[in-house]
Amino acid sequence: MKLSNTLEQRYLLRIADAALILSQRNSEWCGHGPILEEDLALANLALDLLGQARALLTHAGAADGLDEDQLAMLRLEHQFLNPVLFELPHAADGRKPGDFAFTVLRNTLTAVWFTLLWTRLQASSDTEVAAIAAKAVKESRYHLQHSGDWCVRLGDGTADSHARMQAALERIWPYVDELFQADAVDAAAEASGLGPSWASLRGEWRAQAEALLARATLALPKDRPNAHGGRLGVHSEHLGHLLSELQYLQRAYPGGTW
Amino acid sequence: MISTQTRYEAAWAALSAVLDPEVPALSLVELGIVRELREDEDGGFTVVLTPTYNGCPATELIEADVRSALMDFQPLRVEQRRTPAWTTDWISSEAREKLRVYGIAPPSGLAAVEQPLRMHESIPCPRCGSAKSERLSAFGSTACKALYRCISCREPFEYFKPI
Repeated sequence: MKLSNTLEQRYLLRIADAALILSQRNSEWCGHGPILEEDLALANLALDLLGQARALLTHAGAADGLDEDQLAMLRLEHQFLNPVLFELPHAADGRKPGDFAFTVLRNTLTAVWFTLLWTRLQASSDTEVAAIAAKAVKESRYHLQHSGDWCVRLGDGTADSHARMQAALERIWPYVDELFQADAVDAAAEASGLGPSWASLRGEWRAQAEALLARATLALPKDRPNAHGGRLGVHSEHLGHLLSELQYLQRAYPGGTW
Repeated sequence: MISTQTRYEAAWAALSAVLDPEVPALSLVELGIVRELREDEDGGFTVVLTPTYNGCPATELIEADVRSALMDFQPLRVEQRRTPAWTTDWISSEAREKLRVYGIAPPSGLAAVEQPLRMHESIPCPRCGSAKSERLSAFGSTACKALYRCISCREPFEYFKPI
């Protein structure tokens, strides 16, 4: 698939792909949730994220004459621009459905990030992006409330739940830095008014995340950022496997519709 | 008797009769999903809709329902408009009462605040009116609802979340 790959398009795809890939991951819990209420909740979170991704993909592909389905189902691995954090499997050993502690923490920390990002994007110079953000920010605030409650409940829960949350936090922490790295794509978006540089979200994210983790009685891990480049299309080994499920139908039956 | 109803009024009446597929107690107009009906210069009509949630799976069905209700008003155009973002604040007090009678607790208070309302508050039971209820699930059969149970009459009920 040929993409024009403008700085603007890449900025939008990074956000769209973050939502799409996290949606796909959360949907893996459908039918496997630890309790029925949480099964419902994770499926609903996934649905909101999918809706956000659809709107942004539609917008990002318009200039190239590509629709949301073509972008989601036919791009190759290196053409996805989400940070690596979003594609990590729920369990360290990759077993499904996975480690609920990791799911709760990733959903919480990324909901803080999404909420900050959508809030700023409401002032985008691109009116379509601003409109998508105005809807999405309400959804991500609700996600943050829901996942944040679980984060505190499990972190400040039993000795076992606390230990599992702490272990999940240690696994997540090195991947967080990629959400705040500055580069040319970021700088161009900030300059044109399309959206904030992700680096500018770091301070506020850190303050909110630290407050939440403190309430959950979790100890902040040492900062040891990984050198990951999901935003440049350089992914972990996990994305290919995820895409082989996500894209299966269109790969096996090209152009298939209901 | 010759009807004095204009074509626009007839179209509006047909549109007002379309119920929401997920919450059939209310029409799309009452929910605020229909933003505008316009009569165009070519004699056709344009309906402007807004999605409730970005990922609402009923969006396509709603558009199809609108198209079939306005079949006689061609050429018909349906547009989606995202801004301003849909909010439960657009549901009128009469419509909220209809929701309650149908068995869904209407959204409490205004959503137009910086943070969403906490979900742990007690929501009045739409059946017996008791103020004592407990939350069973933050999400319900659709993204826009949560599940509660009345502590007095023990009936479970759905709550339309303010957004």
